[in-house]
Amino acid sequence: MRLYWEVLRRGFRRYSTYRAATLAGLFTNTVFGFLKAYILLAVYEQRDVVGGFDATDAVTFSFVTQGFFVMLGAGHLELADRIQSGDVVTDLYRPVDLQAWWLAQDLGRIAFQVALRGCVPFLVGSLVFDLDITSDPALIAAFALSALLGIVVSFGHRFLVTLTTFWLLDYRGTSQVATVVTMFFSGMILPIGFFPDWLEALARALPYAAMLQLPVEVLLGKHTGSDLLALLGVQVLWAVLLLAGGRVLLSAASRKLVIQGG
Amino acid sequence: MAELATTLHLYRVLAVAKVRADWQYRSQFLLYMTTQFFITFLDFLQIAVIFGAVDSLAGWSLLEVVFLYATSGMAFYLGDAFISQVERVGGYIKAGTFDALLIRPAGTLVQICANDFAFRRLGKLLQASIVMVIVLARLDVEWTPGRLVVFALMIPSGTVIFSSIWVIGASITFWTVDSGELANTFTYGGNFATQYPLDILGTWLRRFLTLVVPTAFVNYFPALYVLGKPDPFGAPGWVRFISPLVALTMAVAARAAWTGAVRHYRSTGS
Repeated sequence: MRLYWEVLRRGFRRYSTYRAATLAGLFTNTVFGFLKAYILLAVYEQRDVVGGFDATDAVTFSFVTQGFFVMLGAGHLELADRIQSGDVVTDLYRPVDLQAWWLAQDLGRIAFQVALRGCVPFLVGSLVFDLDITSDPALIAAFALSALLGIVVSFGHRFLVTLTTFWLLDYRGTSQVATVVTMFFSGMILPIGFFPDWLEALARALPYAAMLQLPVEVLLGKHTGSDLLALLGVQVLWAVLLLAGGRVLLSAASRKLVIQGG
Repeated sequence: MAELATTLHLYRVLAVAKVRADWQYRSQFLLYMTTQFFITFLDFLQIAVIFGAVDSLAGWSLLEVVFLYATSGMAFYLGDAFISQVERVGGYIKAGTFDALLIRPAGTLVQICANDFAFRRLGKLLQASIVMVIVLARLDVEWTPGRLVVFALMIPSGTVIFSSIWVIGASITFWTVDSGELANTFTYGGNFATQYPLDILGTWLRRFLTLVVPTAFVNYFPALYVLGKPDPFGAPGWVRFISPLVALTMAVAARAAWTGAVRHYRSTGS
């Protein structure tokens, strides 16, 4: 366990080192937060509530979700490069669990990005708009837990997409398709309450909502009591299913893998 | 003029060589191009879903907003295919390979853009073009000669404006090296913003996109004229016609920025 904790910390440190890049990214996220907010506000000129969100909810959503863009905007893990080049072989005979290693690495990276790239656009946005943020510590804790589960679900999905490289030998096309589907069904493009009913039902039945839409609904206080527990339960279920799927696929891949050379 | 002809010729020769090389990996080439085609639908889906919730956005109908989407998309993806490669210059500087470009008897800008030319990016342009054809067929516009001329100049002007932003952003990288994402705000952000009528943005952002990074001239102002819409903020009428001039000014600024940046460049040496 200690090992994975260290991997997580280094993942965090590695990405917090690129300061200029981080600053540039924060600026981009903030501007996109504003663009999103203005587009949604134009909708609320004519409607009071869309899909359970009022204007304040929607604007808050626009800024908070910017932090998750880093996570949802890439369909694969860096591991895909190592599979393509064959370097994955050295990873496989190390005495660590491949999936746990990359999960720890990813948590370290994403936790940093989600927190920073979510908070700064949110603070800047709150200078211009009325944003709805709770001061209830229990709700904030529930959001933190839900966001963390969202990151694990997203990792489980990206790990699966990454493993397809073992069979397809390239990941760019697959990764792009995965990105498009994820961005749309997670609610990154628009809150899924904006979708037509049938599409919203479909989106809620897929794992993508658990990555973004559900955590933000928690933050906006849309779920309480047993409803909240059920939501967290759904997230745990997706996390377990996707991670287990990843393990099955990984063992199939290792059996298939042929190492060249002697 | 002769200089321009040489540059264009050089671009073509280098780009064709690159396309031939890429074509050796046919299946990935086609898969990637297809996914590029579909990835462009994301922004389109956003518009479609929004118009499922409301009938008009700040007085613009679905077809009118799709017209903005198509003009923005065509201009942006032309720039994306032919000029956007310049954003990789940070990588050249870090790796030290920019020196190699300097000692060749050709412009540095054309070398970067042509060397990294990727034909598959045209998949996105194809999608925007198809949307354009569909929207033109269904949009109810009384075409006068004036409107035809303004419309015909929209895409070239928009392409030059977006391309200039790419070049200026890349020029800044010579000083900061790591700020690639900053330029994305104005290129990808500009593309995103110009898919919607400028009316919906806050005053400060509207002024910024008109006066500082002038993406409002890519399509909003000329579209007001082509579609015969009133300007809710009462900008003078001639503003609708100056997109080509804005494009020219941006191109001059981009050229100056790039020249200045290359002059500033000091190799890391060995």
